[in-house]
Amino acid sequence: MAEKGKKVMVTVRKAPHGSIYVQESIEVMFIFATYEMDLSVVFLDDGVLALQAGQDTKDLGIKGFMASLGALVDWEVTKVYVDRQSLKDRGIPEDAIIAIGKDDDSGAPIRPTVLDSAEVAAMMTEQHSIVSF
Amino acid sequence: MIISILLLEGPYNHEASDSAYHFTQAALAKGHTIRGVFFYDDGVYNATKLMDPPQDDRHISKRWSELGATGIDMVVCVAAAKRRGITNEVLAPNIRISGLGQLASMIHESDRIVTFGD
Repeated sequence: MAEKGKKVMVTVRKAPHGSIYVQESIEVMFIFATYEMDLSVVFLDDGVLALQAGQDTKDLGIKGFMASLGALVDWEVTKVYVDRQSLKDRGIPEDAIIAIGKDDDSGAPIRPTVLDSAEVAAMMTEQHSIVSF
Repeated sequence: MIISILLLEGPYNHEASDSAYHFTQAALAKGHTIRGVFFYDDGVYNATKLMDPPQDDRHISKRWSELGATGIDMVVCVAAAKRRGITNEVLAPNIRISGLGQLASMIHESDRIVTFGD
């Protein structure tokens, strides 16, 4: 996939379902992946709640975006990260986060890469632009 | 510097729209170039010509139109607009509806993008 173009990071920092920001940020990710840019996505703060497994919005009468998150790798959004401390603060085990795709050969689930806050900060300094949701 | 603006909140309800507007004016006054303003999420509500605030208060969609009249690209996201009922019929002057690809272009053509939200 194209890693040319400028480094652009999308950050997801708000909890899902109570507001539309997480859902509409995913639409941005899908579109950005079709353009020439080196796209990274980082889930941090309350945004990590979007990665919890087993969410079902049927009883809310909301379509929900969980299927879209599971298709990120299919849509060429492969550089997906989650902040370790944010998971820890919310009691979410690192192995309990959802898959964003499947490995073509092994069929093994691909999960977001867990990063320490310092690593996230370092990655941010490398970006041309950061788009914050 | 070439700067693009991303606005995620509707007018009046949150200060984000005012902050975005005043930041834009301040940047222009300092000689920076504003490549464009992109309205996403509830930000699309900034673009309706049907806005009718009290006479003694600022008219938010009119002043975005005035900014657009100077040649700055004012773009409303079509997906967010459809969801919220902002159509070409209700669009204020000098603002256009287009896709998220325009946001990608703005970012590509700018030195910085600044997001205004809640």
